[in-house]
Amino acid sequence: MTGLAEETLGENSEKLIEIRDLKYSRGHRAIFDGLNLTIRRGEITALMGPSGTGKTTLLRLITRQLIPQEGAIYIDGVDISTFNQTELYEMRQRFGMLFQNGALLTDLTVFENVAFPLREHTKLSNRLIRHIVLTKLHAVGLRGAADMLPAQLSGGMARRVALARAMVMDPEILIYDEPFVGLDPISLGVIVRLVRRLNDALGITSIVVSHDVEEISTVADRSFLLSDGKVAASGSPDELRTANSELVRQFMHGMADGPVAFHFQAPGYEEQLLGRDTE
Amino acid sequence: MKQTFSDIRNNLVEFLRTFGAFQLFFLRLVQHSPAILMTRPGLVIKQVHNAGAQSLVIIMICGLFVGAVLALQAYSNMSKFNAEDWTGVAAAFALVKELGPVMTALLFAGRAGTALTSEIGLMKATDQLSAMEMMAVNPVRRVLVPRFLGGVIAMPFLAAIFSAVGLYGAHLIGVEVFQVDVGSFWQQIQLTVEISDVNEGIIKSVVFGIAASLIAVWEGYNTVPTAEGVGRATTRTVVITAITVLVFDFMITAAMI
Repeated sequence: MTGLAEETLGENSEKLIEIRDLKYSRGHRAIFDGLNLTIRRGEITALMGPSGTGKTTLLRLITRQLIPQEGAIYIDGVDISTFNQTELYEMRQRFGMLFQNGALLTDLTVFENVAFPLREHTKLSNRLIRHIVLTKLHAVGLRGAADMLPAQLSGGMARRVALARAMVMDPEILIYDEPFVGLDPISLGVIVRLVRRLNDALGITSIVVSHDVEEISTVADRSFLLSDGKVAASGSPDELRTANSELVRQFMHGMADGPVAFHFQAPGYEEQLLGRDTE
Repeated sequence: MKQTFSDIRNNLVEFLRTFGAFQLFFLRLVQHSPAILMTRPGLVIKQVHNAGAQSLVIIMICGLFVGAVLALQAYSNMSKFNAEDWTGVAAAFALVKELGPVMTALLFAGRAGTALTSEIGLMKATDQLSAMEMMAVNPVRRVLVPRFLGGVIAMPFLAAIFSAVGLYGAHLIGVEVFQVDVGSFWQQIQLTVEISDVNEGIIKSVVFGIAASLIAVWEGYNTVPTAEGVGRATTRTVVITAITVLVFDFMITAAMI
């Protein structure tokens, strides 16, 4: 374990998160079966895959909201399964996470939502907190919505507020869970631009889970295509687009049938229609 | 037959496991409580207000009518023995020792308990609790403990208000309607109801407050995070609280006699 850790730091300091031989199953269904991937510092890494491949589960494993049955996840070469509660919370303060639906606290205003981590973790004065929160809200273009409640926001706005909250503690790593789903084209453009701009301007590392091939291809430095609990393909968006694999082609070009079958597993069509399968 | 036995065994094991987890959960809440009370009293006060104010109107209305009906029953029976003066005493005993704490706990479960469960359940279903975890904020400390303490603190006050309003209801029926002498109505109460009777009511309301808040918070935190799951959890909160409160009521009464 420590061997790998030293090797990681020694050979390539660019590696920020390493996942080795990860196995995770829920019930009898194996979601990850020997997954290996590396996330590099300063890059935007895309995790893609058909729905149900466990992309969100992987995010929860990386942040140790879930614990894998086998394998290990290293952050800066340290196995995260060794952390106690205090160390875990210290580790999580290095992360900012944008949840699929924003996950804003419904009983607090937009301002208080963004201020929440500051109030919980720092003893900054109200003046300074106000300053920081307004700066972050300005960065996502929602300074004017500071006094609104989450219920009054549109989906796109809620996601931008959540983004402001995710970066209010100046994290090293920003995680986006399906940031592009269900947005109108304008909001979508705004979020795509924010992902790129935040990553480069703040010098952070971004992990984006998505199955929107078009959008993710415009921002990602490196993509991993997950399928059947493993990495099916990886590389830059262009490399994936021109890859030879059937599965990658099906996914990147959105074809209805292929290695991911159109039909869910079922008995023979003719037999079932003729009622022979019940005999 | 074999199947039945193994089903029973599995259910028993499952029950014991849940019960053990429930106890650990209680200890976790208690463990964090002093720190929250000292460092974040504002959070607790807000929840006392939430739980208390939500239930106040319903508790006062029910208290008034329960007191009135007690006086009605007491008067119609006592007057057979020319003991109308004792109408107030009968109502006072019933309210202070039994109906005050019990009815308050049941009403609290229906009003504030369900609100707590569905609020926490929805926070879970919409990833708000996970978001807190990700912000390195412990949701048990930040969300559950203040709500638990809010209920625990509010309940004795609510029970006291219930009994007080109930006594006024008894006064309305006994004195205003049936013309029992107002002096003997209140003096009999003062002479017969001991401080130990009041204490019994207070002890009960504290215990019920802990039980009702704990069950509401537990059900919310362990909700299956779907619309159906939240609905089921709120129903369970009411049912389990009602059973627990009545069983505890019997045990405490038996222990104090």
